[in-house]
Amino acid sequence: MRPFTYERATDAAAAVKSAAETPNAKFLAGGTNLLDLMKLEIEHPNHLIDVGRLPLAKIEDTAEGGLRIGAMASNSHVAADPRVRARYPVLTQAIVAGGSPQLRNKASVGGNLLQRTRCAYFYDTSKPCNKRAPGSGCGALEGLNRNSAIFGASHACIATHPSDMAVALVALDAEVEVLSPAGQARSFPLMELHRLPGETPDVETHLIPGELITAVVLPPPPKGGQVYRKVRDRASYSAGLASVAIAGGRMALGAVAHKPWRAAEAEAALASGASPAEAIGAELAAASANGRNGFKINLISRLVPAAVAEAREPGRGA
Amino acid sequence: MTSVIDWETTPNPVKENRAGIIGKAVDRYEGPLKVTGTAPYAYEVEPPSPPAYGVMLSAPIAKGRITGVDTAAAEASPGVLLVWTYRNAPAQGPRPARYDFFTPSPRPALESDQVYFFGQQVAVVVADTLENATAAAALVNLTFEDGAKAVIFHDHYDEAVDPPGEKDVEIGDFEQAFAAAPVKVDDVWRTPLQNHCQMEPCATTAWWEGDHLTVHTSVQMVRFAQNSLAETLMLPHKNVRLLTRYVGGGFGGKGSFYEDLVLASLAARELGRPVKVALSRQQMMHGTVHRPATEQHVRLGATPDGVLTAMSLMTITHCDRRGNFTEHASNFARNLYAAPNRLTGHRLVRLDLPVASAMRAPGEASGTLSLEVAMDELAEKLGMDPVELRIKNEPPTDPETGKPFSIRQLVRCMKEGAQLFGWDRRLPTPGQVRDGRWLVGLGMAAAIRGNFLLPAKASFTVDADGVITVKQGMTDIGTGTYTVLAQIAAETLGVPLGDVRVEIGDSELPPAPGSGGQFGAATAGSAALDAGMNLRKAIAELAVGDAASPLSGGDPAQVTFQDGVIAIANRSERLSDLIRRNRPDGLTADGEVRPAADAGQWSSHTYGAHYVEVAVDPVTGEVRTRRMLGVFAAGRILNYKTARSQLTGGMIWGVGSALTEGNVVDARYGSLINQDLAGYLVPVQADIGEVEAIMLDEVDDKANPMGIKGVGELGISGAGAAVANAIYNAVGVRVRDYPITPDKLLAALMAAGR
Ligand SMILES: Cc1cc2nc3c(=O)[nH]c(=O)nc-3n(C[C@H](O)[C@H](O)[C@H](O)COP(=O)(O)OP(=O)(O)OC[C@H]3O[C@@H](n4cnc5c(N)ncnc54)[C@H](O)[C@@H]3O)c2cc1C
Ligand code: SF4
Repeated sequence: MRPFTYERATDAAAAVKSAAETPNAKFLAGGTNLLDLMKLEIEHPNHLIDVGRLPLAKIEDTAEGGLRIGAMASNSHVAADPRVRARYPVLTQAIVAGGSPQLRNKASVGGNLLQRTRCAYFYDTSKPCNKRAPGSGCGALEGLNRNSAIFGASHACIATHPSDMAVALVALDAEVEVLSPAGQARSFPLMELHRLPGETPDVETHLIPGELITAVVLPPPPKGGQVYRKVRDRASYSAGLASVAIAGGRMALGAVAHKPWRAAEAEAALASGASPAEAIGAELAAASANGRNGFKINLISRLVPAAVAEAREPGRGA
Repeated sequence: MTSVIDWETTPNPVKENRAGIIGKAVDRYEGPLKVTGTAPYAYEVEPPSPPAYGVMLSAPIAKGRITGVDTAAAEASPGVLLVWTYRNAPAQGPRPARYDFFTPSPRPALESDQVYFFGQQVAVVVADTLENATAAAALVNLTFEDGAKAVIFHDHYDEAVDPPGEKDVEIGDFEQAFAAAPVKVDDVWRTPLQNHCQMEPCATTAWWEGDHLTVHTSVQMVRFAQNSLAETLMLPHKNVRLLTRYVGGGFGGKGSFYEDLVLASLAARELGRPVKVALSRQQMMHGTVHRPATEQHVRLGATPDGVLTAMSLMTITHCDRRGNFTEHASNFARNLYAAPNRLTGHRLVRLDLPVASAMRAPGEASGTLSLEVAMDELAEKLGMDPVELRIKNEPPTDPETGKPFSIRQLVRCMKEGAQLFGWDRRLPTPGQVRDGRWLVGLGMAAAIRGNFLLPAKASFTVDADGVITVKQGMTDIGTGTYTVLAQIAAETLGVPLGDVRVEIGDSELPPAPGSGGQFGAATAGSAALDAGMNLRKAIAELAVGDAASPLSGGDPAQVTFQDGVIAIANRSERLSDLIRRNRPDGLTADGEVRPAADAGQWSSHTYGAHYVEVAVDPVTGEVRTRRMLGVFAAGRILNYKTARSQLTGGMIWGVGSALTEGNVVDARYGSLINQDLAGYLVPVQADIGEVEAIMLDEVDDKANPMGIKGVGELGISGAGAAVANAIYNAVGVRVRDYPITPDKLLAALMAAGR
């Protein structure tokens, strides 16, 4: 850990202003990811802007029949919200599949979306990693990469995005609302928040530097069943080996790419009457294994039909 | 020399258990301190003056040497008091050619430019605050020359040698009997390198008064650490006082000690102020010891009616380049089942990996993962129930040495376990029981672990309030030592538990070997019983010789001790009154125990049987444990609560060994990949459904004066094998490469066309 300065932001506008004015500043929400990374010398911001107490923790109904979830709402709070549980059960299931109760009590919606990869080489500063130290190489590429990406990876980075919540949000077609350093609000599909690694795996999102996530907006729940299934080594407190979120006709996969992976090919195949096995087969046509992660292709080809069948059971809808 | 016969003396308050305190499930002596966060662990101990803080740097290469040292920036960093590398570290005692487990010897830190393994400590920065030390540590600039290394176990089998001083043990003619056997199992199992992952990292607080050093640290063996530290610092042993009052888990990993202890001591001397040094979680993975990986070849030969005619377990394992440790995974097989033709042994490969050493149930924990699964495979081939097969091969005497058993209730453990667990509901054909998306299976395995007694001393003092203070240089590594010593004292002196104080974890107290090899309670407790008996004698003699005592002139052998009162028939007085009158400063007696000279005439072990129910998702290969039952025979139980906690803790660790735990070596760097508890997966609450441990009534008169044995390592032995067998019963495929993670199980399922 390096020395840094700290401020507690009083409102969102002040937070983005401070971020714009201070080079190498970072927002601090629950701190469950950022503080670990600072202790390990993976992140070294000079300045922390604590946004944890901004009044952005509400969950409100929208005029369109959806929900607006404030970026500071805790993961536990969102998962337990009666409206979320009744209308967006896939979101509750995904959130409680992540971390541990203690982590979910601290973790915020905004922080969860922007949490960084769990790639072991990213965490070990003695190893090359293009994401942590651009240009140093990718330690995982020819290493022990059992949990790396099978979609959209590049030779520069094969890491996955570890969020469970984000996978459900992509399946639910959520939007993200942000406030720019200049104080401008904008919103865009959450699916477009994260990037594929390409040549610059250190740049993980399409946010402009210093932009603050203020809310996630859910459209009205889709027709059809919802389900989240996560496969992991142990029953709790463990990153996914693969996961799938199904919300009506939409499907997203987790732990398979540098971002929550919308399974557009599978969705289209299902819509045109293909069997779940055929549908996921169509999606997996674009998958490629990298050393030790080939099992994920088999795993997903078996997991997804089981999840689709589960989503089609009565009582799985909103 | 003592004989086990000498232990059959009367009275023996532990055996008589008049107040019923022995065995009782009393709460932990130090429990309130621990759950309120007020038990000062080594790093939290407040030194006499404000401390400085040390942060260590670890080598980023597995083998080679340090070629450049630039500490200027770190030294100029705010608050920095010193920066040491091999170039300027103080002189220390020389490292011996090889370490051995029980002989104290110097363990110098930062000794040379040579790097022997990834994560070896290569520098320390000490500053006025932890933050300043941490920040400055990032500014130390070391350069390295990377040497050729051998780190992948499987690539170096051709370099395997017999472990020092050991030979294979063959009885009969194994090869011939195996070749001739009508029914055979012949398979290879692999177990991975494992880390202890104690909750409390290794840590030290050290300070000096003149040429006397006081250190609070986290170790399992007080005297060993004190003496080794003194030799490292080139001091007389008596100049070092080492305390380890609370230890947040050891499991063998704190059997020795690490650079935190040496560097905190040296820096405190150099700076003339207390110094604290701790290892980070990441440093714990490489910078301490681990359980080495094994490859185990099991061959079993049997007659069609299930009589074993040939049995072999051969283990290849590894240790570090300068090491001597062998994971004796084959040893337990020498004592478990009857078979006239037997072959067991070990081969050792030296690698440029961190230091291999003991981890909970060294040998058994790894070895049962092969042999106890092989027995399941054999039972299936024979069409026999796995319990029946084991009973059929129950030996009348030790199958290797022919010695009589001190006591052996393995069959009773298996039978009672089968009944309590509902083993008769198991369907021998796998894959028959479905519960929603899960396939459910049952599995069992036997448990065995050796029994040991080492020399130890203790002292008991009774004060004018009738309070008994137990003093012993013993440790409590979370096992319950404080509590069982208090119970032994209370029962022996006839005082309420609340009137016992226990002081342990201090090198100035009567020496005990510490905690390890599940010998702790038996060893420390037997010495305590002796001290208690000697104190009873001293009290009785004091009473009968005191004209003011109602017991005056009586027969000291007739004095009874109960509820804080001493009595001869109906003449009595409070113990505190006697002491206040005669010994207002207290009365002390010493005690000791030594292994009986004839103890080696018996084969003495602890035994058990594990029963496990698992659910397997055949689509994903995920395994979840639903129910575990262990039935154990481990001598007299001193405290059903702390013993149960040891046993279930071991069983849960067995689940980890079977399903999740293991570290992997990246050949390019010679480093372990999982460096924290988010990557190195130990079981969590949700992984363990029901878990119960039952302890049979047992007394082992050949073990020690109390007839007790250890339980700390028995619970893990065999537990993982029962899980593996349950997986097979659920889905009908076997994975012999631990841990059985979803990727491996999925591959096996797909290979079997499922
Ligand atoms: C051991 C462990 C296991 C875990 N397992 C899982 C798991 O299985 N599944 C899962 O989904 N997650 C898992 N997590 C991750 C956990 O969900 C995240 O740590 C958490 O969601 C991060 O939220 P936070 O509020 O604490 O973020 P912080 O740590 O405060 O911040 C994370 C990042 O987001 C940025 N940030 C935070 N809020 C905003 C905002 N409003 N606008 C812009 N930037 C912002 C910060 O600058 C920082 O870069 C695990 C974490 C740990 C430590
Ligand atoms: S996969 Fe990405 S995060 Fe992992 S080492 Fe390579 S560049 Fe770094």
